[in-house]
Amino acid sequence: MSLRSPLSQARGLGSAKEGVGHWWVQRLTALALIPLTLWFVVSVARFPLLDHATLVAWIKAPLVAVALVLFFLSMIHHAALGVQVVIEDYVGNEGVKLVSIVLAKFALYAIAAASVFAVLKIAFGA
Amino acid sequence: MAQLTLPKNSKIDRNAGKVFKAPAGAKNVRAFKIYRYDPDTQANPRVDTYEIDMDKCGPMVLDALIKIKSEMDSTLTFRRSCREGICGSCAMNIDGTNTLACTKACDDVKGEVKIYPLPHMPVVKDLIPDLTHFYAQYASVEPWLKTDTPAPTRERLQSEEDRAKLDGLYECILCACCSTSCPSYWWNGDRYLGPAVLMAAYRWLVDSRDEATGERLDQLEDPFKLYRCHTIMNCSKTCPKGLNPAKAIAETKKMLVERRG
Repeated sequence: MSLRSPLSQARGLGSAKEGVGHWWVQRLTALALIPLTLWFVVSVARFPLLDHATLVAWIKAPLVAVALVLFFLSMIHHAALGVQVVIEDYVGNEGVKLVSIVLAKFALYAIAAASVFAVLKIAFGA
Repeated sequence: MAQLTLPKNSKIDRNAGKVFKAPAGAKNVRAFKIYRYDPDTQANPRVDTYEIDMDKCGPMVLDALIKIKSEMDSTLTFRRSCREGICGSCAMNIDGTNTLACTKACDDVKGEVKIYPLPHMPVVKDLIPDLTHFYAQYASVEPWLKTDTPAPTRERLQSEEDRAKLDGLYECILCACCSTSCPSYWWNGDRYLGPAVLMAAYRWLVDSRDEATGERLDQLEDPFKLYRCHTIMNCSKTCPKGLNPAKAIAETKKMLVERRG
């Protein structure tokens, strides 16, 4: 039981004076993902053959490589922001919350780096 | 934090409920199942059944509750005052939806009428939730006119268009139906202000006479105070006054985007 007044508890540590950036970037990445996801799904669906050679040849086209990098970056940035919100919503313990968010973000940005590296390696490969 | 199950001593004891039978000869009998919790005993909450002769009862759920308290079981405890939807005292969960007992007709419920206190709040007794934190959160947004300009000798003028912006906001009676229907408020109500308080804050953000808009936005811009709203819309669906807190929150988010350019 706390002897702090209800108003003191409601005010807590005050406002963080941030959050609008997070919210706005989540909407921007969502917007970017609409055409990028459609393009990705339609492109893959139209492959004549789903084999390694077709895919490598496709990624080697400069516009495809650029679009793929944008697709991966938007998707993973969007996912990182979203996963953070889910963890903040459902994990109450401050320590567990902090560690979960840090681990999730490290993992997601590692996937982002690997995805971009893979696309560039194929695009610039001989 | 997300607490998906009730603590052991808050679980409903399904075998402990008492049954109050309707008087013999009653033709139009309706069963009311009501959550009961008495802090003076060590017992877990239970659900009591009251059979009411609807031919001798008013049309609203509150009429039935008052009839139970006067004629069947005086220990039943609930808040009520105006009995016409303006005080917000009798907010409770009826037939699975938060609403005011005084404006909810018994005929609008099919089968047994199930009545519980507002969800996910500490229960003081029976249908009475502890709303201390809710009211403190309301106070924390400083819901009054703030100006630096010296007070005029007459009224503060407001155009008809600016006055119209307050319609759909000022009618809120702070019954807490919306906030206690919101999962974000259930999980993070200690920090998330909830729809009722955020709509009250927006009512002052759009008041053309107020001079503290920026300061108010500063106070709201916070991942927990404001941005726990994920547009679930339970608030607007359940509001017994037909208001739209979800829209007020969305407009507040738009103001914050507008401010940063």
